[in-house]
Amino acid sequence: MTLVYASELKRFSARERKYAFLIPSSMVLELDAEVGSILDALEEGPKPIDALATSPDAEGALRELARVGAVHRDGAPNVPITQIATPPEPPPLSTIVLNVTNSCNLSCRYCYEYGEDRLEESAPAQVMSVETARQSVDTLFAESGRNDKLQITFFGGETLLNFKVIGPTVDYARQRAREEGKFVDFSLTTNATLLTRKISQWLADNRIGVTVSIDGPKEIQDSMRVYGKTGMGSYDIVAPRIKELLSIYTTRPIGARVTLTSKVIDVPKIFHHLTEEMGFYEVGFAPVTSSTGLDYAIDGNGLDQLLEQFRALGERYVEAALAGKYLGFANLSDMLGEIHKGVAKAYPCGAGLGLLGVAPGGEIGLCHRFAGSGDHDFGHVETGVDASKRIEHLERGHIDKRIDCSTCWVRSLCSGGCYHEAQVRYGDRFRPNLHYCDWIREWTAMGLEVYAKLLDGNPEFLDRFDERKVS
Amino acid sequence: MKHLKARNLKAEAVVEFFEAEDGGVKALQDDAAPHVPAGCTTIFSPGWEVDATGGTANLCQPMERDLYDCYKTCFWPAQVPDYLNNNPDWHSGCASATQDWRKIDLIFP
Repeated sequence: MTLVYASELKRFSARERKYAFLIPSSMVLELDAEVGSILDALEEGPKPIDALATSPDAEGALRELARVGAVHRDGAPNVPITQIATPPEPPPLSTIVLNVTNSCNLSCRYCYEYGEDRLEESAPAQVMSVETARQSVDTLFAESGRNDKLQITFFGGETLLNFKVIGPTVDYARQRAREEGKFVDFSLTTNATLLTRKISQWLADNRIGVTVSIDGPKEIQDSMRVYGKTGMGSYDIVAPRIKELLSIYTTRPIGARVTLTSKVIDVPKIFHHLTEEMGFYEVGFAPVTSSTGLDYAIDGNGLDQLLEQFRALGERYVEAALAGKYLGFANLSDMLGEIHKGVAKAYPCGAGLGLLGVAPGGEIGLCHRFAGSGDHDFGHVETGVDASKRIEHLERGHIDKRIDCSTCWVRSLCSGGCYHEAQVRYGDRFRPNLHYCDWIREWTAMGLEVYAKLLDGNPEFLDRFDERKVS
Repeated sequence: MKHLKARNLKAEAVVEFFEAEDGGVKALQDDAAPHVPAGCTTIFSPGWEVDATGGTANLCQPMERDLYDCYKTCFWPAQVPDYLNNNPDWHSGCASATQDWRKIDLIFP
């Protein structure tokens, strides 16, 4: 007797329409009543094929389900459609993040560079030279293979403390791109304390993508994002500078990145302030990275509270989208982008895959968060990228090696989570971030529900995600 | 696919692949009528190929043989003078293409 088994999938719906998200291929399929009733029956466990043949075209429905990998027979292995293999050699680079300085004029208490969770003890202040930045650009081009769209991101410390290195680097990279027939795009992250009219104008003239790190209105911003020596809050310094930037630079969307701590979890208030009052196009929220036990770490109840607030903002997002408007909730847009494309990741992010970080002294690290920490060197811009280190990273970091993830239905979207977060939390970057698994699953389920509502109510809205970058 | 509908880009790509697989080989087929070869590429003609090394030095016929295929059999006036109407004597000095091909000259209208 042939038994039929349901393969891994997550079902979701909007009104009477039913969908399935397949794991690990990340296909989204709409189900008709016949396949729907077969999958209903299989939820209780495997069934003999005859027991499933109750509807007129059950055979055809089963054949289609088997073909996409949504069901399988006993004896037949549950072969995923998307077979993800470790690359035999490191893939070409598309992105390089330059930590142009490790210094910062702020001393945010939660900072992984300066706060209690830094990977390396009190690194001396370093500033990247123009020469090192040029060598970094050369490294990117040398390792870029057939990638013809490249990305250079300037990061810190506070990036603008070393603004003088950025201009020449942009010019040099553009010249290299012209010579090689490639396209290079630039972005930077700043705390906005050092923005001037001149700098904002330069960013606009050069179409540099800008992300501003800011936590929200004054009382929230000033509780964590403070100046080092005086402990003074930074809100009054950054607010007018951000407004000036947003008034000058209107040709490219500018986003805010918020670090959430247990002190204040007030997503609606922060979102309202940063979009309506400040004028940001998008706001992305990230719970603070921390080891356990720190008073600002978000755990347990805080994460539940955060999910509820994300859900409420998600509902506003859907309302806006159904009316053809865009609400700049970046976390949700990022997830919708991944679902829309059907991204199936073998690695949680691009670090080590298409992206590497460069420390101020030219040491190459897994990403900007690791760059400069001695244990994680991937070479040096003077001597080139250490390919064997990249291979080792890709072998050890592959989702198939993460046993904890093997039964999780979000594994092809989450893939274990941030390497740096795992390093801080568990002292091992390859360990899955088990402390927020439940949260990620619920958040992803919410994303699928939103996706279904948009498929139902305004499918054209989803076209905007065709080109959205995924991490 | 009758019962399942692709609703994201990944699923669209996979379903498209399956449909292509089901469609069979379409090349040189015409849904309306049998395909009649009309052109050099469907006729075996030594000289059009490359040799085992990917070059042209060891072909069973020299590549210059192409000239005649275009000039006479296939009448491809864009690349060589046409034999039918304008230049019936273009190859007259060339008894053997392998030896005399240098005698085939340019034509200035």
